[in-house]
Amino acid sequence: MVNDVPLSWFLTLGLLLFMIGGVGVVVRRNPVVVFMCIELMLNAVNLTFLAFARYGTMPNISESQAVNGAMGGQIAVIFVMAVAAAEVAVGLGIIMAIFRLKNNADLDEVSVLRG
Amino acid sequence: MTGNQIAFLVMAAVALLGAAGVVAFGANAVRAALFLVLCFFVLGFVYFSLGAQLLGITQIMVYAGAIMVLFLFVIMMLQLRGHDLSKKVGIDIKSPLAWMFGIALFAVVFQSIVLPMNMTANPAVTSDLGKPEAVGSVLFTTFSWPFEVTSLLLLIGVVGSILLAKRRI
Repeated sequence: MVNDVPLSWFLTLGLLLFMIGGVGVVVRRNPVVVFMCIELMLNAVNLTFLAFARYGTMPNISESQAVNGAMGGQIAVIFVMAVAAAEVAVGLGIIMAIFRLKNNADLDEVSVLRG
Repeated sequence: MTGNQIAFLVMAAVALLGAAGVVAFGANAVRAALFLVLCFFVLGFVYFSLGAQLLGITQIMVYAGAIMVLFLFVIMMLQLRGHDLSKKVGIDIKSPLAWMFGIALFAVVFQSIVLPMNMTANPAVTSDLGKPEAVGSVLFTTFSWPFEVTSLLLLIGVVGSILLAKRRI
């Protein structure tokens, strides 16, 4: 199965998702939505990892190097997913703690992590 | 324009629609979460098209399933309302700056990295390499030490989130 979609299409999709996520982090003031935008950026990076894993980066690499690269890219995505899960759990816990303390979750007003 | 390319363009359009919906409807957190589910679900199919079967199904189960349920639970518990967060008056200078930054980032990366990458798929990488058997054997042999560190990280995450979210310990 040789995919006839060019690599640059996947990279463009990943770049657009990353850009939208980055803009959302700055624009939005709801901390939960900011977290969603961070997840979006992580997914854009995962897509880029998998695209490079499938296509390879160098023009003439040997077959074993291409296979190693493919496996390494997929393993990197697995670790990114695990770190993202831990990050979401801790981050949402922090948001709940701040909300309980201040009864307010506007990111522009919660600028210090002090009680 | 082949069938694969048309399928990719349709999936990319839906994923970008979902991503744009997260930012555009961000005042309503539940609506943003549902748009994000749409985006993650379609991205799972993009992973399938890249020959990563295990990661595609993991994307749908972990991201579109588990993580988004966590988000919706927190939204439910906090009862964040849109109008409480968008009543600020005055000129908003942040969003035009953010869009300018985003478009500049896109232009720079597209020009310098994406455009030179015009190669096609490496035929040495077959779709068998995305199967659970292949990924699992590498994960538990070559990458077993990072795997153990990740399990420790998840344990710390679980304990830390309980510690933060609990009222009294």
